[in-house]
Amino acid sequence: MDFSLNKEQTMIKDAVERLMHRHYTFAQRDTYARGAAGWSEAMWQRYSEVGLLGLFDSDVGGPVEAMIVMEAFGHSLVLEPFLAAVLLCGRAVQRAGGGSHAELLQDIAAGRLLMAFAHTEPSSRYELSRVATRATCKDRRWILSGAKSAIMHGDCARRLLVSARVAGEPADPSGIGLFLIDAGSAGVRRTGYTTQDGLRAADLVLDRVEVVAADVLGPPGAMFPLIQELADVAIAATAAEAVGAMQALHDMTVAYLKTRRQFGVAIGTFQALQHRCVDMLVELEQARSMALYAAMMASEPDARSRSAAMSAVKVQITKSSRYVAQQAIQLHGGIGMTTEYAASHYFLRLMAMQARFGDGAHHLNALASIDGREVLPAA
Amino acid sequence: MDLRYSPEEQEFRGEVREFFRSVLPREIRDKVALGRLPSRDDIVRWQRILNARGWAVTQWAPEWGGTGWDTVRQYIFREEMYLADAPEPLSTNVTLVGPVVIAFGNEQQKRHFLPRIANVDMFFCQGFSEPEAGSDLAALRTRAVRDGDQYIVTGQKLWTSYAHQADWMFCLVRTDESARKQDGISYLLIDMASKGVTVKPVMTLDGGHHVNEVFLNDVQVPVTNRIGEENRGWHYAKFLLGNERILTGRIGLSKSRLRRARDLAARVPAGGSTLAASHAFREKAAALEVELKALEITTLRVLDEVRRQTGTAQDPKISILKIKGSELAQATAELLLEVAGPHALPRQEDWASGADVACIGPEWAATAAPNYLYLRAATIFGGSSEIQRNIVAKNILGI
Repeated sequence: MDFSLNKEQTMIKDAVERLMHRHYTFAQRDTYARGAAGWSEAMWQRYSEVGLLGLFDSDVGGPVEAMIVMEAFGHSLVLEPFLAAVLLCGRAVQRAGGGSHAELLQDIAAGRLLMAFAHTEPSSRYELSRVATRATCKDRRWILSGAKSAIMHGDCARRLLVSARVAGEPADPSGIGLFLIDAGSAGVRRTGYTTQDGLRAADLVLDRVEVVAADVLGPPGAMFPLIQELADVAIAATAAEAVGAMQALHDMTVAYLKTRRQFGVAIGTFQALQHRCVDMLVELEQARSMALYAAMMASEPDARSRSAAMSAVKVQITKSSRYVAQQAIQLHGGIGMTTEYAASHYFLRLMAMQARFGDGAHHLNALASIDGREVLPAA
Repeated sequence: MDLRYSPEEQEFRGEVREFFRSVLPREIRDKVALGRLPSRDDIVRWQRILNARGWAVTQWAPEWGGTGWDTVRQYIFREEMYLADAPEPLSTNVTLVGPVVIAFGNEQQKRHFLPRIANVDMFFCQGFSEPEAGSDLAALRTRAVRDGDQYIVTGQKLWTSYAHQADWMFCLVRTDESARKQDGISYLLIDMASKGVTVKPVMTLDGGHHVNEVFLNDVQVPVTNRIGEENRGWHYAKFLLGNERILTGRIGLSKSRLRRARDLAARVPAGGSTLAASHAFREKAAALEVELKALEITTLRVLDEVRRQTGTAQDPKISILKIKGSELAQATAELLLEVAGPHALPRQEDWASGADVACIGPEWAATAAPNYLYLRAATIFGGSSEIQRNIVAKNILGI
């Protein structure tokens, strides 16, 4: 058991934190958010220059590296599509694409290609195997029809990684395939929008979209394990992001309590507020522990153990972030409600995270469905 | 970074597990498994078994009998102990007074007391709290007046666990009335057989006899029984409380309670099936398991920091472990109470206290209420949760 970072990990941490410090103040972020894309192309190139966009590659970095980056990104409320394009799509292509997609991976790492993972559907909610979008094979081509929703950064992605059912009933884990489509293909109708936390997303309607054989990832019909793996990667990443955001919000709240004066004294001298602040810290530390647990369990080969662990992570992260965010607003008072002050933006990010990759209730339900004296894998 | 236990650590776990399995006397294990209190004889007997193996005082300096294990091994040892339904080594001896004697005692005191503390040839209780000094411990009023090579001690201690079973008490007394309250306190070891010591039981919510009032009436204590310097006792006690709080998380114990709740729920009928099949129960149990997992990692992180940075138990993050650990101890006991349901109603404190009497109703349910009730004190003793929050606010938040 060892909690320390190695030399390479420390270098990544320093590099990301330096980037955030120079280029991601709250005011700079606001400028990026107001741009047409909703994020900064210049930042994207900087991430590429320091090697972050290659982090899907297990030779470049594993879950600990992803955790380091996501925590720093959460701390600055980063807007760029790192999770969607790199950690999810990069990984999916690398794991399932074989040699034929090497060029795609190079393009992702170089910052030339944006991809998005189009999996959730209007009626799938958090159920990973509920895929109603259909893929039928005809003359060695696949024809995709259906609808996808809330695709993170789906608005700007040039290529989309789409899950579709080649066989079975809507909730069967078997019979799901993964297909690469161009966002501009005939039959693709895309609606982009901004989410509550300032990120961009898209809904998609696919009407007989053609996919050539070369753009099918892995054996169609057997891709559910990879989808599950991606969801677990996403939960681990989100956990780290939440910890970064909670830390920033907690620091902000402590600083506010020290400076804000009422009744002639700093409000931080009031014990009721001090204790609330400590309870926020307890929740934050519990969340941090689970983000570490997530980084450890993300490479667990046994899918059931891994997913159970990630469910536990999401349960804790949801609980902690809800408490920390709500109390941060409460302790700030009116100023916490305004959009000109950073706290509200952290609140929005922490809220939005809860509805991605399954909320606390969903994952608690998943854990409660497991039999045994313990539902989590032994360490 | 690697949070998995290494093969060596897992091997160590196996060794500890096998040791507990082979040497823990069955009658003691059965008592602990059922949540009954081990007797004084059980505690002494068990600690001597541990001591014979060199495992009674694992955290002490190796020259005084410690094992030199790193924090992870210490943690594994404790966890396996709880999972084996073994009693803890006597905490007043092992966790509280021993480390203070090692850190602040003179050579003669160390040679005299430490082997006896380790082997429970001296059974210690803690004389800290008083009627007017609870959370504000430094306000204590028990007075020790120097008279030649003796102190004459007069006052009253309260909430003294084990005083009715102990041979010795480590005690905070006021030796300087004029100084700032924290700077006029000394740390004495008092023989409970001394003239002028009277112990009266205080019965608690659960009906058990855990704590006492101790009256000290002109008790003569040799000056050689003072640990460290006169008027520095408060600082020694603070050192000691950090030690206490690292362990008050007692995650292994909460884990074992949760496991027991799940096992028992499978026997309890509910809604045409069993309680274990009820989704509400399963969600509650799962939520507790998640929090325990998080606290386990938080504990290992804090232990790791303590080891690397300061080497002492003064880290204010330890307070976080106490706050959360005591809450989870209460929550797991509450779950067991719910599992016991109406079987928890018979009031039978004698049986719970380990007396040789018949149990009313199923044995598995008979301690659910006493344990739940006793554990309401978990967020009060060892520095209440509110005091812990004050400590964290002051030290971490800098407010």
